[in-house]
Amino acid sequence: MRNRLAIIAGGLAAAVVMSAPAFAQKQGGTLRVSHRDNPPSASIHEEATISVNMPFMSVFNNLVFFDPKEKINSPDKIVPELAESWSWNDNKTKLTFKLRSGVKWHDGKPFTSKDVKCTWDALSGKDDKQEIIRKNPRKVWYKNLKEVTTNGDNEVTFTLEREQPSFLSMLAAGYSPVYPCHVDSRAMRSKPIGTGPFKVAEFKRNEAIKLVRNPDYWKKGRPYLDALEFKIVPNRSTRVLGFVAGEFDLTFDSDITFPLLKDVKDQKKDAICEARPTNVHGNLLVNRDAPPFDNPKLREALVYSLDRKPFSDILAQGNDLRGATMLPPPAGVWGMTQAELEKLPGFGPDIEKNREVARGLMKELGYGPDKPLKIKVSTRNIAIYRDPAVILIDQLKQIYIDAELEPIDTTIWYNKIQQKNYQVGMNLTGAGLDDPDGVFYENFYSTSDRNYTAYKNPEIDKMIDEQSAETDVNKRKAMVSKIEQALLKDAARPPITHGVANTCWAPAVKNLVLQHNSIYNGWRLEDVWLDK
Amino acid sequence: MGAYLTRRVLLMVLTLFGMSVLIFVMLRLVPGNIADILVDSAGIADPKEKAKIARELGLDRPIFDQYLQWVGGLVRGDLGFAYVSERPALEEIAPRIPISAKLAGLALFFSVILGVPLGVISAVRQNSGIDYLLRIVSLSGLSLPSFWLGLLILMASVQWFGMIPIYTNEPRSFIDEMLLLSIPAAAVGFRSSALIMRLTRSSMLEVLRQDYIRTARSKGASQTTVNYVHALRNALLPVVTIIGIEAAFLVGGLIVTETVFNIPGVARFLVEAILWRDYPIVQNLVMLIAFCVVVVNFLVDMAYMALDPRIKYAD
Repeated sequence: MRNRLAIIAGGLAAAVVMSAPAFAQKQGGTLRVSHRDNPPSASIHEEATISVNMPFMSVFNNLVFFDPKEKINSPDKIVPELAESWSWNDNKTKLTFKLRSGVKWHDGKPFTSKDVKCTWDALSGKDDKQEIIRKNPRKVWYKNLKEVTTNGDNEVTFTLEREQPSFLSMLAAGYSPVYPCHVDSRAMRSKPIGTGPFKVAEFKRNEAIKLVRNPDYWKKGRPYLDALEFKIVPNRSTRVLGFVAGEFDLTFDSDITFPLLKDVKDQKKDAICEARPTNVHGNLLVNRDAPPFDNPKLREALVYSLDRKPFSDILAQGNDLRGATMLPPPAGVWGMTQAELEKLPGFGPDIEKNREVARGLMKELGYGPDKPLKIKVSTRNIAIYRDPAVILIDQLKQIYIDAELEPIDTTIWYNKIQQKNYQVGMNLTGAGLDDPDGVFYENFYSTSDRNYTAYKNPEIDKMIDEQSAETDVNKRKAMVSKIEQALLKDAARPPITHGVANTCWAPAVKNLVLQHNSIYNGWRLEDVWLDK
Repeated sequence: MGAYLTRRVLLMVLTLFGMSVLIFVMLRLVPGNIADILVDSAGIADPKEKAKIARELGLDRPIFDQYLQWVGGLVRGDLGFAYVSERPALEEIAPRIPISAKLAGLALFFSVILGVPLGVISAVRQNSGIDYLLRIVSLSGLSLPSFWLGLLILMASVQWFGMIPIYTNEPRSFIDEMLLLSIPAAAVGFRSSALIMRLTRSSMLEVLRQDYIRTARSKGASQTTVNYVHALRNALLPVVTIIGIEAAFLVGGLIVTETVFNIPGVARFLVEAILWRDYPIVQNLVMLIAFCVVVVNFLVDMAYMALDPRIKYAD
């Protein structure tokens, strides 16, 4: 009897489940997001900050895109966007895209291959007359791009100087939207025109960025949301309280640090919070062109002085990741494993042994407990820079370096670094793309506009070019590791830790997929919907 | 009186001219300009990019030319273009002024409406329980920074009422706006009210010991008439001075309060503009503040005359 009842109950339950309506996405609603500051402009190509990418990425489309449903951006997870398909020629130097037809810019003009050509002519610096951008921080990404040619309105070919397997990944990054040829840079900075799922309705400094649904979006049925509202709230306490009070549906990206996470979860029990690596890592800038750090031994001593664990413990309750320049696995596709890292100078598990090496080097140079080296550690005068700098200063004492903190007004930070007016700097570097070409070319290649320490090493340049041309992934990974070792040996921006932080949202927000190896990607938001 | 007023107006013009030179020079003495910052914000090292932007914004022109262009524009009512938003500076500044003006007005209103009567009560009930209580309250008002008080108010609102009184959407009506602004205004006004209260109390105590007060009492005037008609009017002179000074200092309090309560007013906007070295915004806003301070000072001087018939401004 009991068995029969169980069978009937089971049958009924199955019938209820099977007859229930499918979990359908709902159309409409406004996603309210807190924003930490005023973006310098709305032009993604001109800037290098998440403050621009997060609100404005949904205004644009790329040719290709990292699959927004996947948490990890990797070359095998690239999907078409404005391009319907792509193909390589035999020697992999010509990449041809068939473009989607019938796509319109937000002002109603048709999107064509000419827009693709003029965007990359401007980005690669091949055509200075293009007025769609004023600044070009990632010009070096396209140093291998020989030319862009069009074949009718719906086909475009990128010709490369040599093979470059990462080229497609760079086109898939959040930093690579297609711009319209007919809109000038000033308009792109204040009220940009794109082909994306949302149109800019208003960008009011100190107040809000309002985007509304693009009714003519080429992807039918998308976006689900009617609007996105990014409210600019510079005070973090106010932002967090606003989220707790239900004023916002989504926090700014990685805004909830681990010490704050507990408060948020205590006060808003239903909040969904996800921790993810930011692919922003702390590192040291060492002025190798002026005494005392023009001495390689002194730079090497710095590399051996670091104990990375306290940085993670104090700043992120032990959640930050130990890694070299590339983000370590599992989130990082190209970074070294913990076992591999331990073979790098200064990464050995025995910190005291490492520091003994550093102290030995310092003694060779005539420094000691009675004669410490007095230096200044310069950093941006904002907490996320200052806090690790203070820990660094404490650690440097262990190797007879008596350092003093020099907080620099954030507006003149890069200026000071470019003028070589510093000794040691505490810095943060974000990777727009988890890819060796993106990271190494941008930060270490001698001709890069974003190599603000002006690091020049022909040997490293050669190694970067070689790995860039390597098509075998395993061989390339080995080459990347060698570059990491060489950079560390040369004390070129010795890495400290890779940040991990939380982003939180209300349970009504559905289908939000955070990408775990770059905060700068994945903000198209066309698949996100609100269950309200 | 006519000659005095002319002298005062001329002095005001001279003060504003001095301010214009001072703010113009000081801004350019601060390290970094907008070209540095725009290029820095993208982490670019190329000096050519900087030079291009500086040329585009006219920052490569001689300083004197830049000054003349600004002052000339100011006289014509052309405030120039904001460097960051690339919109006319007037369009950026104008919508924010009423918001801050309402907030400042409300804060001043709170500080006077609380400070003066409580100061009088404290003085006439000297050394009573209520006097001690009010002195403690005023001391706490002077000790609590307004940003901290603002945060406490926000936390309490979230904790107890599940809402946060911040400016995320434009209020639908004037009353809504006043209600929304009254909380931050109270946070800013609390400090000023404490100061006004203490000053009113000490000033009243001094006046209450004067012979003419004793005479008024002996004539049979009621306590209320003595306190509010005979004593308060004479005690108000230093209070009016401090209200004038506080009105000028209020801008400082507004900066933090606008940030904490996320109010899109001019004070927060000014700080942001200073950080970006957005010269057209900073210069014009500082001039506006200087103008307000000069006018308030003038009004305070006029108020002296109204309050104390013995004061006459000679020609």
